[in-house]
Amino acid sequence: MSSAPIAAKAERGVLTKKGLQADHPTWCPGCGDFAVLAAYYKTLEKLKLPQQNIVTLAGIGCSSRFPYFVNTHGAHFIHGRSLPFASGVSMARDDLHVFVFGGDGDGFSIGGNHLDHAGRKNFRLTYVIMDNFVYGLTKKQTSPTSPAGFKSKTDPWGVFDRPTNPMRKLLSSGATFVARTHATQIKHMMEMYERAAKHDGFSVIEVLSECVEFYKGAFDAGNPRKGGAFEVIDETEHDVGDMAAALALAEEPWPGKFGVYYESKHPTKNQLERDLIEATREKQGQKSDKELLLQTFASMR
Amino acid sequence: MPQNSATPTPAREELIRDAVIRLSGNSQDGIQSIGGFLARLAGRSAQEVMTYMTIPATISGGPSIFQVRMGTGEVLSAGDEADFLLAFYQHSYDNHIGFLKEGGVLLYDSDHVEPDEGESRFLKVGVPISALTVEALGGSSREKGKNLFALGLLSRIFKLDVKKLRLIFKERFGGKAEDVLRNVNLAFDAGFSYPIDNVLHRYYAFHEGTEDDDSSQVTMDGNTALTLGLIAGGVRHGSGYPITPWSTIMEMLRQQLPKYGGVFVQAEDELAAVSMAIGFSYAGNLAVTGSSGPGISLKMEALGWATMAEIPLVVVNIQRGGPSTGLPTNVEQSDLLQAIYGSHGDCPRVVLAAQNVEDCFYIAREACEIARLYSVPVFVLSDMSLASRIEAFDEPDLDELMIEPKLDTVDRPADFKPYDLRRITHHAPPGSWVEGGVFPQVTGLEHDESGHPSANPQMHVEMMTKRREKIQKLADALPASQVFGDKEGEVLVVGWGSTWGPIRETVIRELDRGRKVGHLQVRYLNPLPNDLGEIFRRFEKILVVEMNNEGLYGYGQLATLLRARYCNPGIRSLSKTDGLTFKIKEIMRGIEAICPSQTTSK
Repeated sequence: MSSAPIAAKAERGVLTKKGLQADHPTWCPGCGDFAVLAAYYKTLEKLKLPQQNIVTLAGIGCSSRFPYFVNTHGAHFIHGRSLPFASGVSMARDDLHVFVFGGDGDGFSIGGNHLDHAGRKNFRLTYVIMDNFVYGLTKKQTSPTSPAGFKSKTDPWGVFDRPTNPMRKLLSSGATFVARTHATQIKHMMEMYERAAKHDGFSVIEVLSECVEFYKGAFDAGNPRKGGAFEVIDETEHDVGDMAAALALAEEPWPGKFGVYYESKHPTKNQLERDLIEATREKQGQKSDKELLLQTFASMR
Repeated sequence: MPQNSATPTPAREELIRDAVIRLSGNSQDGIQSIGGFLARLAGRSAQEVMTYMTIPATISGGPSIFQVRMGTGEVLSAGDEADFLLAFYQHSYDNHIGFLKEGGVLLYDSDHVEPDEGESRFLKVGVPISALTVEALGGSSREKGKNLFALGLLSRIFKLDVKKLRLIFKERFGGKAEDVLRNVNLAFDAGFSYPIDNVLHRYYAFHEGTEDDDSSQVTMDGNTALTLGLIAGGVRHGSGYPITPWSTIMEMLRQQLPKYGGVFVQAEDELAAVSMAIGFSYAGNLAVTGSSGPGISLKMEALGWATMAEIPLVVVNIQRGGPSTGLPTNVEQSDLLQAIYGSHGDCPRVVLAAQNVEDCFYIAREACEIARLYSVPVFVLSDMSLASRIEAFDEPDLDELMIEPKLDTVDRPADFKPYDLRRITHHAPPGSWVEGGVFPQVTGLEHDESGHPSANPQMHVEMMTKRREKIQKLADALPASQVFGDKEGEVLVVGWGSTWGPIRETVIRELDRGRKVGHLQVRYLNPLPNDLGEIFRRFEKILVVEMNNEGLYGYGQLATLLRARYCNPGIRSLSKTDGLTFKIKEIMRGIEAICPSQTTSK
């Protein structure tokens, strides 16, 4: 086709890590987000989805640079609105696999309202919130998840507003798959991604991903290598379909538990709209678009 | 019994060209539906029709009017004065009697209205509408149905085609319980058989229309026409949030699109609505979002992204009185500069304005074409008056106009770049394979041709130019501007949007009295057509008529733009923000003010 062939990156039908890599990430050395990205590559490789049908989307924040580092169709949208944007992409196309990445500012602050509605409408997509408890891109302001006492540039004396409880927020959104993981635990992260990607509905994962620049050590309590405890939910004891049990998990003291808090089967909005379309078209007798519009005009004569 | 005593004389028939009928009552009385029936009847009788209504901004009802101007020949505005006023209540009489022209007819419900005894400028006809309606329908109906009683009266007075009206009732009410249609006809018959000629000594009959009755006219309001234009333009996806007067478009799209295999999502807020619409478009399906007043402000950040990322999108703004919550059920054209400049940064996009109900269809369809061709958000400006106004117009030719949308996910060649500097961007939506194995990024950060972030100063300049030049290319492709009336002379009256009708009627009157005037309605507001400067040079004065404030420097919004672009000191401004459409006499006074008629040489 082209006279000057460009060295192929992705190969049709074969999904490899090499074919998924794009720009070198701009994150600070040691940032937890590198691991989040690596686990995403590995999960996609494992899922063997057609590469051209994967969409990687993001809002604004350090974490939201994500799409540039992944060689799939990608879009870098505005602050806080990645979920409604992604919902549009998902609703428009049944053939796409939609993944959205963002931070705690995007998800719990400026875009907080959208979580509640994406959850209750149950759009078919996966949302990964890379929570670092601080605004990193803008250099250390208080985030909605910054714990009490954290000293930021906007609360130099220590935060006194109560932080959002991320898991409680996600559970109450109505999301049909809610999980929590830790960026130092690659295998667990991959397991969560895979289950989220396979979930038919709105799946959301909170990943504790450390900001080494502005909140070093924030998640050490959940990292065994730093003397913490990475306690995984035992699903033989925790019923993932039990919302009350999930909410109880969300109230556990820091660092809490990791794994799938909640999962349930509800029809997706994608499916419900598809059913509506089919029922309506059936009733209309499968007319062409032009015939349908002519019919509407005729009723206005 | 009629309350006016008059010596019985045989009723005679008077032929009229057109009539302005103002129905005045409360919003729950169903006066909008009488207006709707009259408009549909006119549309089916080869008569021209234009309606105008006001609705209160409250839920529980309140004073409301519906005005119908119908007749033979072109009806261009809703009329400055009424020939006929139907008043249901004392407040209807008090508030609207000043609008009845001298020698006009006041028809009132004598159960509720006591007209001023001493007033003799018009003919007063009292009919106990409420009591007779209750009598006709039986006691249980209270006063419901008096709108149809009134329609019966009007049908008799104006010799309307009762057969056609009954057919319209049947279409409207036939699907409901049997007694609904029966009651409709009972109330109508009671009004129709009322011996009105005892007090009103004339019937009125419209001149015969020139077209035959089978002409394929359709009758609808502006929001309906706009919605159908979007569907004809191939829009199958959209998202919105309720706000007056945009909501009816959203409701209709929600109800219609599933038939066409599409989806309309009522979003949680305006920000989500515009973002979701952009998501639909990014995924390869041209989408619409829309709103009014404050809702458009909320969309502005995301619309900036759509310009930067070069995403096709249609954005509808049904303007209302601002700023802030403003006058939510009144008309204004004060969002022009917002539509053009309202996002941050240098953010070129396309802005079109519909000039009448029929044009709501055509402009919406054209917006879809432009959005696709230039990968850009396109604003469609309409307003409160067009939204709810009913007009009859020729049925569009769908063989010619229907656009069936196609999702384009064919393979892209290896040299495909989303932001290729050599051509207008046309994205490869997700699902498309790219031969080189490198997938496109779509972004609001300044970017290189592949869509990856670039802060290179030269790249920013080139990308800025790319986004601007495509809009300039659109300007080159626009059709020549049309001047009605004189092509050169004293005053060119320039308008945009719904001022088309009143301006056209004014210019016809001015031409009739020998003045050298022309009319130009601007449909393309950004970019402006390239030929305006030359047209303006042929007139001594340019009067820009618009429903917005004169601002700090004395010029309305379009006038400000035109003066900035053409530096023509002959460009003057006639603007107002009283929440009402322009009256003919207001525009005539505006012309007189900048170009007094005694100085003209005839």
